[in-house]
This record gives sequence, C-alpha cells and structure tokens, in this order.
Amino acid sequence: MNKIISLICGIIFGIGLTVSQMINPEKVLGFLNIFGEWDPSLAFVMIGALIISSPFFHLFKNNKKPIFADKFSYSNNKELNKKLIIGSSLFGAGWGLVGLCPGPAIASLALLNLNSVSFVIFMFVGFYLVKLLDLTTQAR
Amino acid sequence: MIISNFTPFLSFLGGLLIGLSVVIFFVFNGRLIGISGIASNFLTSKDNRFSNLLFLIGLIIGPIVYKMFSQEEINISISNSFYLLAFAGLLVGAGTRIGGGCTSGHGISGIGRFSLRSIVATVTFMIVGILTVLVKNLI
Repeated sequence: MNKIISLICGIIFGIGLTVSQMINPEKVLGFLNIFGEWDPSLAFVMIGALIISSPFFHLFKNNKKPIFADKFSYSNNKELNKKLIIGSSLFGAGWGLVGLCPGPAIASLALLNLNSVSFVIFMFVGFYLVKLLDLTTQAR
Repeated sequence: MIISNFTPFLSFLGGLLIGLSVVIFFVFNGRLIGISGIASNFLTSKDNRFSNLLFLIGLIIGPIVYKMFSQEEINISISNSFYLLAFAGLLVGAGTRIGGGCTSGHGISGIGRFSLRSIVATVTFMIVGILTVLVKNLI
C-alpha cells in the first residue's frame, strides 16, 4: 500500500509544481531576481505548502505510527554546522545559475526537454560523488 | 522595486497541492518529502528503493496529468549552454547532499516542523541564489 501512496504523492507533487509554474526555470529566476524585475510568486508556493503541512506535522508527530509503515522515519538532526552552510551555498549557486532545483528538474523530464535531461544527469552525478566521497548529511 | 509576472493565486494553489502531497506521505508512509533525498537515495541506497522510484515516476507523470486535464501546453524555457547546465547540475546535486536537503526537504518539510537547521539552510540557499542571479545579470 505504501508504494501506491508514494506514486500518488509524486503525482500530486508534480501537478503542484506545474500549477505553480515552479517547473519553469524562468519563473524561479524571476523570483530570485529581487534587484531587477522581481516576481514574488514563488513565495506563495511556500506559503501554500506550509499552511497545509505545518498543522498536520504538529497534529501527527505524537502518533505512535504512520498508517502504512511501522514507524516514522526522518532525520531529527539539529546540528548547525559548516556542511549545512557550504552545501546550501553550493546548491543556491547552482539554483541561481539555471533556475532548477531537484523537484522541478525531475518533473520537467516529462516535457522531454533536452536541457533538463542534461541537468538531471549531472545532478545525479553530484549525488553520487558526494556519496562516493562520504560527505552526505543524513537525508531528510 | 519592479514587480512583474506576478501569479499569486496559481502559485498558492500549486503550493497547497505540494503541501497536501507532503502531508499524505508523512501520515501514511511516515516519511518527510525531500526530493533531493528521495532521488539520491534511489541512486545510492537499497532502503525503500522501489518506493522512491515510484515517487520519482509520479513526479514525472504529474505534469502529464496536468496537461491532460487542463488542455494547456506547459511552457518552460531553459536557455543555457550545456556546460553551464552540467556545472549547475553538479552544484545542485552535490550541494543538496552536503547540506542535507533542497527547496522541498529544508524549505517545506523542515520549516513546516520549525527546524532551525532547515530555516538556516533555506535562508542560505535563497541568499546565495539571489546573489548568483544578481552577479549573472551584471556580467
């Protein structure tokens, strides 16, 4: 059952990225272009997502177990360290260069855009290199 | 400040859907959605591999479902050289793994739980993203 939930959640997430236009790098770059012609729309994606998710996290975090799994499993890492800042900075630089982050990049494969295919291949190379060099921070 | 192409309603609606997906995944499967985590774990870890693959397939089906129901074309524009795309892809892949999350994992799942770590990460990648765009526009 939890496999079907994974598929459904992926589909809903992908529709959300499309409706919000976050799938379009131009839209993302407009959001990051605060000092030029700014498009604040993506702030509303975050507000929409948080309005729904935040209350549920707090309602369900004391539940003993999720409906289709044995236990809740997610990182509860609270450490503020160099890796967090360095990693997030590298990500921010790549994000600002092209306007793609992992979710929209993968969803945009649906559009058979050769540029997003190239990006996703190298993103996976990046994942693999970090694993190979053992620099990973616990996935969230 | 010049504001352009502002689509608050559609963006908010898309955000609600993303939030719904995060909630369902949490309540039913007990996991938090972070796309960089799901994608890199699919590549490098045996745990939940099939489940992660199905999520990624769903992510790709999403835009197709949207297109079927809305009868609208989805327009995206990526105007970069191959080398820049490759470099940016590497930065995003490596950066999200070193920092432990991306826009979804830190920005939504993490901030939704009021994790200070995720707030710091999100502020960091937003500032660096803004500065990158600023510098790129100056060159």
